Amino acid sequence: MAEIDVTHEPGEAAKAAYWRSAKRLTLGLLCVWFAASYGAGILFREALDSFSIGGAPLGFWFAQNGAIYIFLLLIVIYCIQMTRLERRYGLGG
Amino acid sequence: MDQTFWTYFFVILTFGLYIGIAIWAKAGSTEDFYVAGHDIHPALNGMATGADWMSAASFLSMAGLIAFLGYGGSVYLMGWTGGYVLLALLLAPFMREFGKFTVPDFVGDRYYSKVARVIAVICALMVSFTYIAGQMKGVGVAFSSFLGVNFNVGIFIGSAIVFFYAVLGGMKGITYTQVAQYVVLIFAYTVPAIFISLAITGNFIPQLGFIGNAAGTDTPMLEKLNTLVTDLGFTEYTGTTKAKIDVFCITAALMFGTAGLPHVIIRFFTVSSARAARKSAGWALMFIALLYTVAPAVGAFARINFIETVNEATYISDDENYDARSAEILAEGGKPVPEWYKTWETTGLLAYDDLNGDGVMQYRGPAAPDGVANEVVPNNDIFVLANPQIANLPGWVIGLVVAGGLAAALSTAAGLLMVISSAVSHDLMKRTFTPNMSEKQEMFAARTAAAVAVVASATLGAFASSLPFVAQVVAFAFGLAAASLFPVIFLGIFWKRMNKEGAISAMLVGLITTFSYIYYFKFVNEDPSLWLFGVSPEGIGFVFMWLSLVVGIGVSLVTAPPPQDIQDLVADIRIPGTRRPHGIADVGMTPDMPGLVPDSAE
Repeated sequence: MAEIDVTHEPGEAAKAAYWRSAKRLTLGLLCVWFAASYGAGILFREALDSFSIGGAPLGFWFAQNGAIYIFLLLIVIYCIQMTRLERRYGLGG
Repeated sequence: MDQTFWTYFFVILTFGLYIGIAIWAKAGSTEDFYVAGHDIHPALNGMATGADWMSAASFLSMAGLIAFLGYGGSVYLMGWTGGYVLLALLLAPFMREFGKFTVPDFVGDRYYSKVARVIAVICALMVSFTYIAGQMKGVGVAFSSFLGVNFNVGIFIGSAIVFFYAVLGGMKGITYTQVAQYVVLIFAYTVPAIFISLAITGNFIPQLGFIGNAAGTDTPMLEKLNTLVTDLGFTEYTGTTKAKIDVFCITAALMFGTAGLPHVIIRFFTVSSARAARKSAGWALMFIALLYTVAPAVGAFARINFIETVNEATYISDDENYDARSAEILAEGGKPVPEWYKTWETTGLLAYDDLNGDGVMQYRGPAAPDGVANEVVPNNDIFVLANPQIANLPGWVIGLVVAGGLAAALSTAAGLLMVISSAVSHDLMKRTFTPNMSEKQEMFAARTAAAVAVVASATLGAFASSLPFVAQVVAFAFGLAAASLFPVIFLGIFWKRMNKEGAISAMLVGLITTFSYIYYFKFVNEDPSLWLFGVSPEGIGFVFMWLSLVVGIGVSLVTAPPPQDIQDLVADIRIPGTRRPHGIADVGMTPDMPGLVPDSAE
């Protein structure tokens, strides 16, 4: 998946580096995405339910509210970081 | 009477607004018609996506569903929001950079194959038609329950409105009406929620009331609810009896299905660049989260309220004078059936059967400790609808909620209609069978297809009234989108080696296995003991998505790699602003290339 295409015009190295960083960022964010929903809200819900946030069991809260806030946060981080990456590599106009 | 007046007032007012917007936003070119000229602001598109996404089911049924399922309802909350993370990170920006009009455009061009395009059209049509029938049914229900209009006439009025702005304005008209519809629906949803939160928890922010104490006590609201439901023989509210693997798979099928739904993906074609598409996905999720984080609170509050006011209440029949009889019951130290219950009883959303003949309404779960049989059967939709009255809000709020429900149904129907009409006029006609059409002819074909699709979906909606359709439809639409469209789009972006043969087999495998499984377990044999890995039809799309991915990769590896043009195309869409035309990848249609036009131009 990480092949570097050398048939393109100049800037190829920058593009490849950009894509590598973008993939790394995406993978990292998806891990959090998985942990917040499937992890906290489903797989480890019972364990988390022994803690509480306000008056709600924590695992239950993640499944019904918390995961959604984290999803939103993840997209915001993605937007900021991707724009930063584009600037660093002089891409995206 | 007062309430009927306000309902008519809001429905006519909002419908007039939608028509006005349609006239103002008339589409002048195919680019306007299909993708709103590629120049919608990300935040505006986010709002439109919110309305496009939140259907009659989200608006009317979801909170009620959560009220009954408790923790089990979380699959919808996580599933229908988590998909936006996948969209933002894996699909939307790249699909935008690809620069064409439809989802089958991407599949057909990326996989340099008319066969692949036609299969993608079939997937898109199957997903969209099942989904739209449910919306039309919702419109019919809203009209027949609140405006005293015949069900079919209600569907006719709703379709006429959608017809007007979708056919005239295409994506451009739809986008601006969806923005207006979002405002109507979010206002209609949150206002009653705030008041009911105040009544149940004393906190006016529903999300905080959800984790706070019950009003006037030191007991957390959810703990109180758990006690209430377990005392009546229901499963604990914050727990579930569902198997973990099934909860996991349903959530995942809804997430990946969301990311693969064509009417959601095409919304991201309407913005100007990959960066705008990413931002827009963030805005969309924010606007969606406004409703989705309130819904579980509404569900829990509604359940408490329902139990406290209805259970053990003395019933008052229609031939008795409500006010006189309820005063009498109160004087005897009893609890009269609440007034809102009597108002909504006529809609058929609430049923009471006095099994033990004591005239008192016993509401019980399947394992009631006192062995009393359940006598009250509420419909899921009642909770959102009755909320304003439960919270003693004025009559106009109810009118607003009806207008909100219609906004939710119509906005989603319009987005789906766009997918259907563009699949026919653009993918089947212009890009496959009659490539020599002029732009004018294509516009005419698109409008005709939209018109035919409106009639077809209205007919489907009218038929759906006799079927327990909506729940089944959800399983179909999301499962098919997850197993047939998501894998080929994802691999098309992230794996250059993916070729035509792989894509065609992946789509067919996903489509056929998911369709057969759902069909078999929903309509032929409902026996859960035969489920594959214990996964219900609602979650099976996730299992077959993996099969589709594996088949796609396997077949690609044993067949020839895709042509260089295609590999260059994939390289371009990954890097923002580098999109250029590439031979066979762009035969028949020049892509929109954001990188070539600076943002400030025009």
